[in-house]
Amino acid sequence: MGDILEVHDLVKEYPGLRAVDGVSFSIAPGTCFGLLGPNGAGKTTTIEMLEGIKTPSAGRILYRGEPLGARFRREAGIMFQSTALQDFLTVRECLCFFGALYPRQVPFDELVHTCALGEFLDRDNRKLSGGQRQRLLLAIALVNDPELVFLDEPTTGLDPQARRNFWALIESIKARGKTVVLTTHYMEEAYQLCDAIAIMDRGRIIARGTPDALLAAHFDDRILQLPREDLAGRGLPAGFAVFERRESVEISTRDVDAALAALLAAGVPLARLSVRSRTLEDLFLELTGRELRA
Amino acid sequence: MKRFLAALRARNLEFVRDRSALSWAFVMPVLIVLGFGFGLSGEPAPQYKVGVLGPAEPRPVFLDTPHIGFVPLTDAAAARTKVERHQIDLLVEPAARRYWVNTESPRGALAERLLRGSDGGAAWTRETLSGRVIRYVDWLIPGLLAMNMMWSALYGVGYVLVRYRKNGVLKRLRATPLNAVEFLAAQVASRLLLVLTVSTLVYAGTDALVGFAMFGSYLNLLLVFALGATSLIGIGLVVASRLATEEMADGLLNLISWPMMFLSGIWFSLEGMHPWVLALARLFPLTHVTDAARAIMIDGAGLAQIAPQLGVLAAFSLVGLGLGAALFRWE
Repeated sequence: MGDILEVHDLVKEYPGLRAVDGVSFSIAPGTCFGLLGPNGAGKTTTIEMLEGIKTPSAGRILYRGEPLGARFRREAGIMFQSTALQDFLTVRECLCFFGALYPRQVPFDELVHTCALGEFLDRDNRKLSGGQRQRLLLAIALVNDPELVFLDEPTTGLDPQARRNFWALIESIKARGKTVVLTTHYMEEAYQLCDAIAIMDRGRIIARGTPDALLAAHFDDRILQLPREDLAGRGLPAGFAVFERRESVEISTRDVDAALAALLAAGVPLARLSVRSRTLEDLFLELTGRELRA
Repeated sequence: MKRFLAALRARNLEFVRDRSALSWAFVMPVLIVLGFGFGLSGEPAPQYKVGVLGPAEPRPVFLDTPHIGFVPLTDAAAARTKVERHQIDLLVEPAARRYWVNTESPRGALAERLLRGSDGGAAWTRETLSGRVIRYVDWLIPGLLAMNMMWSALYGVGYVLVRYRKNGVLKRLRATPLNAVEFLAAQVASRLLLVLTVSTLVYAGTDALVGFAMFGSYLNLLLVFALGATSLIGIGLVVASRLATEEMADGLLNLISWPMMFLSGIWFSLEGMHPWVLALARLFPLTHVTDAARAIMIDGAGLAQIAPQLGVLAAFSLVGLGLGAALFRWE
C-alpha cells in the first residue's frame, strides 16, 4: 500500500516572505507524522496547505495518489490551532451539525465516550475549559471517522494533566489505524506520539526520520549531570564538553566509564550524579540554534 | 496621569493603525457634510407642499407665499389621491377657485389657513376628501415595516459573515464537504425566515396598538416583503463576500443603509425632490418595497399593479445573491 499523503516541493510565498521553501515528504498509512519547529518556522502554513485551506504557490500534494478533492474532504479530519464555533451552540449541537455535513459518521455515543465529552454535552461551547474545548475540537475532527487526522498544536496552552489526557486520546486514534499529522513545539509530545518526525526551520525541513534514528544520527554521547556545588573548587578533567547551568553542570561524554573514572580521580562526590541520554529537545536546540528569535 | 497618557496613547495608536476604522471616521463626516450641502443648498426646503391643478390663472396671491413648494399637476383624480395619501398638503385649482384638503392632515389644516388668510377665504370653495381618507400613520406604516426589515436583512447576514471569517468559523467549515453555495443559501434562508417572522409580529402588534389601513391581500404583501428582504440580504452578501474586519463591514453597511433610510420615501414623500435624488431612490430596493407595500395596503393594489416593483425586486435579488455567491471567499 502506497503512502496516504505525498508532498512534493511545496512552496508558499507571501509578499516579502517565503514561508515554506520547497518542502517534500510522504506519510505512510497508520503512522503518526510530527512536524516540529520553532514559532514562525512554517509549520502551520505547511499543515494548512496539506489541509486544503491554503493554496500552495508551487508544488504538489497528493492524497492517495490524487490531488486534494472531494474525497479528501470526506476522509480528512482537521483540528485547527485557532478556530471558533458558532456562538450559542452546545457541544451536542456542534457535533450534530458537523456530523450532518459528512456522509459517514462515527456513532454519536462512541465519539462522546472517546473524547470524554459526557459531562458537558449540553454546555455552550464558549464556556468550556481549555482541555474541554480541545477535546470538543478533536471530536469535531473525528466526527466523520476520518482516515487522516490533522492536529495543529493540539495541546498548546493545556496544563500538564490535560496534555497527558490528550496524548492518550491521540494514542487511541492511532490504535484504530488512523493516520495522524501533528504539529507541535513540545519535543516530549513528539517523542511520545510520533513514528516519524520532520524538523522545520525557516520554511525548510532540516531533519527527517524516526525520533530514535534522528537522535542516533546526531548524538553519540551521554550527559552526566552534577550539582554545581559538588564540583566547586575541583578542576574538571580536560577533554569533556561542559555546559554550565544555574545549579548544575552537564558534562557530555562518549565514554561514560572514562568520564566517571576521571571525576573520581578528581575527588568529585558522585552520590548526586545522574546520567541521561540525549532528547529530542537537545536535537531541536542543536539544529535550530539557541539564539532567541522573534 | 502618566498611566492615563500611556493608555490614551495606546488606544490612539490602535485606532490610527486600524485603517478601516480610521477611514470611516473621516469619510462619513465628509459624506454627511456633502449630503447636507447638496440637500440644503439654495432655497431652504419648503415647509408645505401644495399641488396646483390646471393653469395658475387668475393668479392667486397665495402662490407667492414663501416657503411653500408649489407642484403643478394636471390629472385631477391623481392629484386628489396625492392629497389623500399625504403626498401633498393641499390641492388648489385657481381657475375654479377651489381647493381640496384632507381632514385627517394637520399640515393640510395649516396650509388651508394660509390660503384663506392670503386670498380672502370667502372666494374659495372648500372640498374635503371623504370616503377612503388615509391618515399619516396608514401612509407611514408600510415604510416603517420595510425599514425594520432593512436593518435586519442587511446586518444579519453581512455583519455575521464577516465575523465568521474573522474568528475562524468559515475556516473550519471550509475544511468540510460543505460548499459555499450550500452554506450561503442556509444563511440567506435563516435570515429570510427570521425577517418575515419578525415583520409579521411587528405588523400584528402595530395593528393591535394603532390600527391601520390594509385594503389588499396579505399574501401579496408577504411576497413583496420576501422579495424585498431577499434583495437586501443580497446586498449584505455582496458587502460581506470578501471583507475581513467588522469595522469595514459596519462602515459600508452604514453607507448603504442611511441614505436608503432617508431617500426611500419612508418618512416623507419624495414628491418634488431633485431629479438626482429621485434617480438615486430608484436604485434602492427599499423604495420599491415601500411603494409596493403602500399600493397594497392603502390602495388595495393587486399583483398586476405591483408587478413592476416585484420585477425590480426579483432582479435585485438575483443579482445580489448571484454576485454575493460568486465573490464569496472563505478567507
